[in-house]
Amino acid sequence: MADAHTLTGTGGATAHAHGDYLDDPKGIKSWLTTVDHKRIGIMYLWSITFFMIVGGLFAMLIRIEHLTPAKTIMDAEMYNRVFTLHGAIMVFLVIIPAIPGSLGNFALPLLLGAKDVAFPRINLMSLYLYWIGALMALGTLFMGGVDTGWTFYTPYSTTTGGGVTLMVFAAFVLGFSSIFTGVNFIATVHKLRAPGMGWFEMPLFCWGMYSTALIQILATPVLGITLLLLAMERLFHIGIFDAQLGGDPVLFQHFFWFYSHPAVYIMILPAMAVMSEVIPVFSKKTIFGYKAIAFSSVAIALVGFFVWAHHMFVAGMSVYAGAIFSFLTFFIAIPSAIKVFNWIATMWQGSIELKTPMLYAISFLLLFTIGGLTGMFLASLSTDVHLHDTYFVVAHFHYVMAGSNLIALLAGLHYWWPKMFGRMYDESLGRIGAVLVFIGFNATFLPQFVMGSRGMPRRYFNYLPQFQALHVASTIGAVILAVGLFLTLANLLASFRRPKGMVDNPWGGKTLEWATSSPPTTHNFEGQPVPLHGPYDYRPVPAPIGSEVHTG
Amino acid sequence: MSQATTTVQAEHEHPPFLQHHFTGMQQQFDATKLGMWLFLVTEVLLFGGLFVGYGIMRAKHPEAFMAAHHHLNRTMGALNTIVLLVSSFTMVMGVWAAQTSRKRLLILFLVLTLLCAGTFLGVKFFEYQHKFEEGLLPGNFYTHQGDTVPGQFMFFSFYFMMTGLHGFHVVGGMCAITWLLIRAIRGDFSASYYGPVDLVGLYWHLVDLIWIYLFPLMYLIS
Repeated sequence: MADAHTLTGTGGATAHAHGDYLDDPKGIKSWLTTVDHKRIGIMYLWSITFFMIVGGLFAMLIRIEHLTPAKTIMDAEMYNRVFTLHGAIMVFLVIIPAIPGSLGNFALPLLLGAKDVAFPRINLMSLYLYWIGALMALGTLFMGGVDTGWTFYTPYSTTTGGGVTLMVFAAFVLGFSSIFTGVNFIATVHKLRAPGMGWFEMPLFCWGMYSTALIQILATPVLGITLLLLAMERLFHIGIFDAQLGGDPVLFQHFFWFYSHPAVYIMILPAMAVMSEVIPVFSKKTIFGYKAIAFSSVAIALVGFFVWAHHMFVAGMSVYAGAIFSFLTFFIAIPSAIKVFNWIATMWQGSIELKTPMLYAISFLLLFTIGGLTGMFLASLSTDVHLHDTYFVVAHFHYVMAGSNLIALLAGLHYWWPKMFGRMYDESLGRIGAVLVFIGFNATFLPQFVMGSRGMPRRYFNYLPQFQALHVASTIGAVILAVGLFLTLANLLASFRRPKGMVDNPWGGKTLEWATSSPPTTHNFEGQPVPLHGPYDYRPVPAPIGSEVHTG
Repeated sequence: MSQATTTVQAEHEHPPFLQHHFTGMQQQFDATKLGMWLFLVTEVLLFGGLFVGYGIMRAKHPEAFMAAHHHLNRTMGALNTIVLLVSSFTMVMGVWAAQTSRKRLLILFLVLTLLCAGTFLGVKFFEYQHKFEEGLLPGNFYTHQGDTVPGQFMFFSFYFMMTGLHGFHVVGGMCAITWLLIRAIRGDFSASYYGPVDLVGLYWHLVDLIWIYLFPLMYLIS
């Protein structure tokens, strides 16, 4: 490490004493034993991409099955397994780790001007736990699959056959992977900020990751113990969730959603974090309401712990408790809306460049608004009785979980791709992909709102013929979405045929990651960067991005 | 040029246990300590789920829990409580010995802590053995005869889940203390570097603390 530092500190863009992190050192072994946050982020990225394709294939099977009201390509039991695996893979292996694991690991230390996350080895362990959990989840395929849905509701999950126990342990292991990421991010944000970077001089991405990490460490252990109890119930019939033995199956739902509702915010807060970086850069304007966005992230993280029972309005809960949970659910819409208004105000009178990341960002604003507002229908006690367990719910949470998280991942990926690999993708194809994804997504899920409000129940294998037209429309939308996603993937991969190192700061970003070369060297910066201005300082006379002063 | 000079000096003074991404020992110590506290938070929540479940099930079946807890041996529970409290004390003394660079005392206190932990597990082994012989087991493995109050298996479900998970943590703590012992014998720890002893100490106190709650909830129901 000394050699790089003893060179002059004129900025990484010119001095390449170390090779870039992708090539130095070379070899598969050096990748598998790396503790470099950037490499771990990249490995998370490819793992998540792989599982997104697997989960997406299951989704396509579901959509193909629903082309006709009766059996199309699979029987009802196979259908149950397919939608369970789609849900479990997408939630535990894709959406929850997606942005923190890939973009977070890659960008957070760079944005803070740090050399790495606080605990690099624990970071690598998080990735290995992810792989182990993923193998366990896939292993259930050879044990007759899982047919409980990703929510593992008792008493069905304690009585049905198949690989439920293994899947439960897989989710347990994946939970620890998530906890380790969370511990790392909180310690990194607290202790490894560049000298002179106060809490309110951090880029907002860091606030989003910090809030996400708070939920990861406060909620995930409760899921861990819940799943352990569920496994014990299956193995030893310990009785806690079994009404016949004096237990309480609804208690499982309370425990489960105590994690799994905050987990929804593990999915959305990183998406919001990406938005707060992308929107100001492509509007060339200081972010509007920095503190409001920062505090609303923390508010979402905290209030998110007190809304879980809105999943259980019809599960036999006290109506008074229901009214409180309904109120709190409406309440949490406020910090979410504050963010949306602030992003729009950031765009107001900015010099908006409709580059690929910005197109995804605008898609996010639209999809998240639809997803958020339809959540209000479900938060109302009376309408929820009608809409509960229908396709309305399916459409709602896909807008929030897939429509927002996935789109934000793509926004962030296109934004940081040149930073990650030092190569630029084809801009026109990127834009076409973004538009196809947007159209495909809406075509898939808007019909499901209609079906759901007309009474189409979720997780049903068969349906009444009157829903067929809408189901077919939804399937066509899914095909468009798949085409858009594969085009995007191909476009990103095709960038590897272009020369490397030509794009140090393609967007004119002001945050510290753009102060080093693209791709960065192994140690991120030559020396210790010190931010000389705020992260969103787009005033007409540009200050230098960051001067390299080594402070020892 | 001045930057280059300071870097070279820093390189010469590089402390042996400073990881490359920290700027100094203090930052490393603060970050790892924060990390350990965060980990302890997750541990509290992990056990928290069990405590909540225990509370709800005990509220549903107060007579069964009352009757079942008489099968536990209070003397053994109290003995284990004392053993763990003593081990917390020896652990604290170990941290003090590390902070003041007293290598031999550090080794002594770590060995004493390990002995206490081993004693705890030994007592636990005899308690578990007794439960297995009597058929006082979770769920459908419960085969104890002659109960007047039904549903006592639920108590033993929680007894084994909670003391079992706690036992795993004791074993984990023993592994960590053994690792400290090896490093202490090697002479790694001193007043300028004692972070790992401090962190394992924090973890060990949490393990004790959880037992302090488990003991009355399991053995002293009234």
